[in-house]
Amino acid sequence: MLTYVTLAWRNLWRNKRRTLIASASVFFAVILALLMRSMQTGYYDYMIDSSVRMYTGHIQIQGKDYWEKRSLEESMILEEEKIKLVEQIEGVELTVKRLETFSLISYGLVTRVVQIVGIDPNEENQLTSLKDKIIKGVYLKNDSRGIILAEGLAELLKVGIGDSILIYGQGLYGVTAAELIPVQGIARFTLPSQNKSFAYVSIPYAQWIYSAPERLTSLSIMIDNPKQLDRIHQKIKSLFDLSDGKENDTYDIMSWRELSPELVQSIQIDNAQGIIMLGILYIVIAFGIFGTIMMMTAERVKEFGILISVGMKKWKLYLVTTLETMFISFIGVLTGALVSLPLLIYFVNNPIPLTGEMADAILAWGFEPILPFAIYPGMFIAQVWTVLAIALVSGLYPINFIRKIKPVEAMRG
Amino acid sequence: MSLIQINKVTKIYDGTAVPVKALNNVDLKIEAGEFTAIVGPSGSGKTTLLNIVGGLDIPTSGNVIIDNVDISTYKPDELVNFRLHHIGFVFQAYNLIPVFTAKENVEFIMLLQGLVKAEREKRATELLNAVGLGDRVNNKPSELSGGQQQRIAVARALASKPSFVLADEPTANLDSATADSLLDLMENLNKEFNMTFVFSTHDQRVISRAHRIITLHDGAVERDELIKQNQ
Repeated sequence: MLTYVTLAWRNLWRNKRRTLIASASVFFAVILALLMRSMQTGYYDYMIDSSVRMYTGHIQIQGKDYWEKRSLEESMILEEEKIKLVEQIEGVELTVKRLETFSLISYGLVTRVVQIVGIDPNEENQLTSLKDKIIKGVYLKNDSRGIILAEGLAELLKVGIGDSILIYGQGLYGVTAAELIPVQGIARFTLPSQNKSFAYVSIPYAQWIYSAPERLTSLSIMIDNPKQLDRIHQKIKSLFDLSDGKENDTYDIMSWRELSPELVQSIQIDNAQGIIMLGILYIVIAFGIFGTIMMMTAERVKEFGILISVGMKKWKLYLVTTLETMFISFIGVLTGALVSLPLLIYFVNNPIPLTGEMADAILAWGFEPILPFAIYPGMFIAQVWTVLAIALVSGLYPINFIRKIKPVEAMRG
Repeated sequence: MSLIQINKVTKIYDGTAVPVKALNNVDLKIEAGEFTAIVGPSGSGKTTLLNIVGGLDIPTSGNVIIDNVDISTYKPDELVNFRLHHIGFVFQAYNLIPVFTAKENVEFIMLLQGLVKAEREKRATELLNAVGLGDRVNNKPSELSGGQQQRIAVARALASKPSFVLADEPTANLDSATADSLLDLMENLNKEFNMTFVFSTHDQRVISRAHRIITLHDGAVERDELIKQNQ
């Protein structure tokens, strides 16, 4: 076998320039493909991470039908023991309790519809870093009886720290919820809609205002490795007897994909575009490799004839020519991957900062305007498989060519 | 029983508009140890006869028996195997593997036969010494003269321990001195090891050394002369 490998390897270098050009085309394609995939994947990861950290978490347990009706009537009672069981699942990083509803907030003559979020201040801060967003006043404690307003909302209401605002809404089972609450803090959010309509109180206080003791509308769950999402999702479902498509009258358990369908869709569209681009790139590469293999085959007809004449079986020639194709391809793919690796590591650690309109658009979504990169072994493996497939398909040409060779005719050249 | 028996072999090429009869009812026997030249003008059928004897082509009718085996009935794969183990080839244009050294070229045939490395190396070295290229084992064909390359081709032809060697115009690309030297080598191999050589040639230098001269004309044997008895 070693001799055939040696023969194939040396055959490559009969025409160094041609081999180098063919390998270089693979080399640059691999670098380009890896950079593209790294940038896309990094961006998706970043969008998902930002999105789940902004609010939803990776998984949410909600009261049955709350997602559709958004009413306190669909809130749930979630026992501490159950929450503890969720937290004990391997890979669960954090759980965050919320009680959310819509109410009117008034100050002076100004009234607004606001999303009131009852939170466990410590848990919420771990998920959304809410404390860091406070620009005036102080953050909530579990026993606080004050409110944090989003900066834009505070401006609309023209309130400052210490002013008391009136909350007026509907509590559980139609009970009127009304409370005069002092503004304890003002927080700045990057997402404009959030910055104009969110207000936070501590969860016990919210349960008291809305006459919904022990009630929650959601338990957000963060996991430490997004790749484990499906496993953990299933595990939580089974905890609530929801596995295997079973229905449960009390709870819905949803992943971020169901909570943010528009994000999923935009990633799918972008990913499809990326895959089409990669496809075009690899078609070009395939033609490059194929052209080289065709030339290498055509110029050695006589030699193939001689080798068959002196007793080399055709399948051994198939082996040699296939090895040649593999070598050309893998020189490119391996060097490309090797050169890409430090490049990608650099970009993973130093995301490209965005400026101008693109940055503004990303800011409007509430994300930091950067172009992050990601590295997964799967990206490199995918390149190797793709180039291997191209090499194998290209390698069929010399096999078919040799299959038809008649030694006497081939030796005539 | 003769080493090579050619029985009423006819070869017609009918791929062209007018079918060409390259060989016409050729009957020949070649004994072990012969040093035979097949001569004749261009188109007389020398190369076709050599190809059929070498199992590279199949006759339209008739058969070829080598070492008591009728190779005319063999399938292409069986012929490849037969050639590998029974026939050595020397071609006009040397046809060595350009990326292999002299030694690797000689070893390659033995590798195809499945010999172990130590045995291959030993025999390749012996053969290269025998053809006077013991000091050129690591040179590639492009680093050697035409004569040296043809010597390697002879060593390669002998590497498989064949029953006989077929040489198609082996001296056509060589100058006189080199051709003489190569013929000396082949004559010695014939004498010392009783190796059978069958040449197709136009070259008077080869013809003058042949022990038997078979003249073809229009695909048929015109003359068959025994010049010198085998030793």
